Amino acid sequence: MTINKVYDNFHDALKDIRDHATIMMGGFGGTGGMPRYLILALRDQGAKDLTIVSNTAGIATAMGFGTPPGIKPIDHSVLIENGQVSKVIASFPVSPSPSKPSSFELAYKKGKVDLELVPQGTLAERIRAGGAGIPAFYTPTGVGTLIAKDKETRVFSGREYLLEYALKADFAFIWAQYADTLGNLVYRGTSRNFNAVMATAATVTIAEVNEIVQPGQIDPETIHTPGIYVNRIVKRPNN
Amino acid sequence: MKERLPREVIAMRVAKEFEDGDVVNLGIGIPTLCSQFVLQGRTIIYHSESGVLNCGPMADSGKEDVDLINAGGQFLKSVPGMAFFSSVDAFAMIRGGHVDVTVLGALQVSEKGDLANWMLPQRGVGNVGGAMDLAAGAKKTIVTMEHVDKNGNFKIVNDCSYPLTGVGCVSIIVTDIAVIEVAYTGLILRETAPGWSEKDVQLLTEPCLIIPDDLSEMEL
Repeated sequence: MTINKVYDNFHDALKDIRDHATIMMGGFGGTGGMPRYLILALRDQGAKDLTIVSNTAGIATAMGFGTPPGIKPIDHSVLIENGQVSKVIASFPVSPSPSKPSSFELAYKKGKVDLELVPQGTLAERIRAGGAGIPAFYTPTGVGTLIAKDKETRVFSGREYLLEYALKADFAFIWAQYADTLGNLVYRGTSRNFNAVMATAATVTIAEVNEIVQPGQIDPETIHTPGIYVNRIVKRPNN
Repeated sequence: MKERLPREVIAMRVAKEFEDGDVVNLGIGIPTLCSQFVLQGRTIIYHSESGVLNCGPMADSGKEDVDLINAGGQFLKSVPGMAFFSSVDAFAMIRGGHVDVTVLGALQVSEKGDLANWMLPQRGVGNVGGAMDLAAGAKKTIVTMEHVDKNGNFKIVNDCSYPLTGVGCVSIIVTDIAVIEVAYTGLILRETAPGWSEKDVQLLTEPCLIIPDDLSEMEL
């Protein structure tokens, strides 16, 4: 059997995404690590009623978060403005500046999109649990806050903890710097963020990369995401 | 003349709390400024939720790298000793007790050290980000903020009316007029800004402050 995970174009890489799919999207919120070509391709593909799992929900477009002057941000706002998103699971969903509301915030206030707000560390750990076969775990994060509402609690050594459930997805959109044809991935700088963990927690993980090399061309000691987690790889256009 | 301390001076005072070798996570706003004012002879390791340890100064204009940001989305300069990691590791460091100090901004802090800093109720939506993880996981939480809000309302209150970030998590509050320690017995007024008396500070603080014998003027 020949393993070939390389897709020639973004269209083919995500044509099986159906309405109501849950999609994890890497990135921290800024332009770095945001799988923007996959996002643009999903807009063109048109699947609707999507649940997006991501750290943020369009704050680069709203207020230039993590985006240098002169660069036009591309993020979740593209999909929200196109009416494809029905729910967002995120830790930092809105612009820090209320005077610069994101498309998500406007849609949320109109009741068009639901929000599940999750503390950032709990979000990362829920995704990790999803990828590692752990159904749930206890954490002290959020005890005594609105996050604790309706959650089971348990006391360990005198301290209260919340039970948090694993998160999985149908698809994960991953940004990486480069890949080999087996799907081994290397990130760059702070753009590893949620990409590395989301790659582990989806039924189909799709990575967009700057460059695709042959097996052996990446030092095995430096691989961040082993190819077992990655199903499809697409090269970003040079620009 | 009673002058409120500017943001840089509040940050300067907070930075005195960092011990040599501390791993410190700085929130957005006044906290970010603290890294400029570390006392000579102390080495501080800065941690950011964006997935970087030993982050230092900001990048120069025109040299921004989208793959090198802090948690506030600001661009960092590449410095020797940096380490990059995923969000899972960034938060294992916080939640596993490996971060010594976090400095966070606040909307309200209660007498018991409860912190509210993520949502103004009138907005109806807010950003938790890493604040709840930091409040629950860092060994010490320092809050920096203006002592009262822009309408003159108390921010140091008997009980927080805004949604909480963490319960009983705050150790020290550094404001533009005072340094206050959160203790089991209540809020202890440790220092006042130059020109401010203990009475002045109490008038702008809802809970009754404990005044120790060694109350001093804030030194920088």
